[in-house]
Amino acid sequence: MPPVHIAEGYLPPLHAVAWTAAAAPFIVHGVIRLGREVRENPEAKLLLGASGAFCFVLSALKIPSVTGSCSHPTGTGLGAILFRPPIMTVLGTITLLFQALLLAHGGLTTLGANAFSMAIVGPWAGYAVYRACRGFGLLPAVFAGAFVADLTTYCVTSVQLALAFPDQESGFAGALAKFGGIFAVTQIPLAISEGLLTVLVVRLLRSSAAEDLLRLGVLRQKDVATKEQVPA
Amino acid sequence: MKRSTTVNLMLLLAVAALAVAPLVLGSGDGKEEPFTGSDGQAETAITENAPHYEPWFSSLYEPPSGEIESALFALQAAVGAGVLGYYFGVVRTRRRLAPAAVSAERPGSGPSVQPGPSAPTSTATPSRTPPMRPPTEPPAAGD
Repeated sequence: MPPVHIAEGYLPPLHAVAWTAAAAPFIVHGVIRLGREVRENPEAKLLLGASGAFCFVLSALKIPSVTGSCSHPTGTGLGAILFRPPIMTVLGTITLLFQALLLAHGGLTTLGANAFSMAIVGPWAGYAVYRACRGFGLLPAVFAGAFVADLTTYCVTSVQLALAFPDQESGFAGALAKFGGIFAVTQIPLAISEGLLTVLVVRLLRSSAAEDLLRLGVLRQKDVATKEQVPA
Repeated sequence: MKRSTTVNLMLLLAVAALAVAPLVLGSGDGKEEPFTGSDGQAETAITENAPHYEPWFSSLYEPPSGEIESALFALQAAVGAGVLGYYFGVVRTRRRLAPAAVSAERPGSGPSVQPGPSAPTSTATPSRTPPMRPPTEPPAAGD
C-alpha cells in the first residue's frame, strides 16, 4: 500500500461526508478563480500547466525517509505561491483524483479529507508562511512556504485520522501522537527536499520567465531592477 | 550564469543526498518490511485503535500487480516531467529570441549600437526603422 493519503474506505462514512462537505466550497471557489485567471490571462495557461505538472511529478515520487518508511512530497507549495491557494486547490484535487481512480492511492470516499489536507490547508498554510517570510528575500520565503505546505498536509492527515480513530485509552491526544509520529516525522526530510526542489524551479523561472513572475506579483519591479544591474 | 548552474546542481545533489541518507544509515534495519509506505503503517495503527473497523468501500480500480502500479506511478511522473520540460523549453526559447527583438526595435538602447551622427557601423541596420520585425510584435517584455 503506497504512502500518505487516507486509504479508500478508511474513514467512517460520517467523517467522509463531513470532510467532503468542508472541502467542497473551497474547490468550487478554486474552480471559479481558475476560470477567471485563464480568461483574464490566457498567457498564464502554460505556467498553470507547469505548476500542476510539478504537483503531479512530486506526488508520484516515493522517497525513503529516516523513519524507515517511504512517503512522497505534495508539490503544492509552488502553485500556491505562484497562483495563490484557491487555484492550487483545483490542481491538487485533480492530482488526488487521478491517484484515487487509477492508482488505488487515496480514494473517492476519502477524497474530501485528502483534498482538505493536501489541496486546501497545505497551500494556505504554505502561502501564509511565504508571505510572512517574503521580507527575507524570495528564495528563503519560497523554501519556507513549500516546506510548511508539505508538512502541514501530513499534520492535518494525522488530525483527521485521530478524530476518526481515537485511542481506546488515551483518546484523541494519544491517537494524534501515534499518527503524527507515523506521518509527520517521516515527512520532515521530504518537506526539506520539496522546499529545495521548489526553490530550484523558482530559480529557473526567475532566470527564464521573469516577466511571468512579475505579472503574478511574485517578483517585484525593484527585484528585477537590482538584478539587472549585475552584469550578466 | 555558470555560478547559477552550480547552485542548481547543488540543490539537486542535496535532494538526492536526503533521499539516499536513510538507506545508507540503515534506517530500515530491524523492520519486517523496511521502506514501505507510511500509510500502510497508519492502517496498522488504525487496526490497533479500532480493532473492529472494516473499510466500507474499496477502490473502483486497483492495479492488478505491483509492477503495473509502479508503471502507472512512472507514467504520472513522466507526464508531469514532460509538461514541465515543455514549459521551460518554451520560455527559454522565448527569452533567447527576445533580446534580438529589443535591439532591432530600439537601435539606441543596445550597449554596442551607438547612434552616432556619421558612419553607421552596423551594416545590418541601414535605417532607423527595424526591417526584420513585423509591427505586431509586442513591446519589449522584461525591461
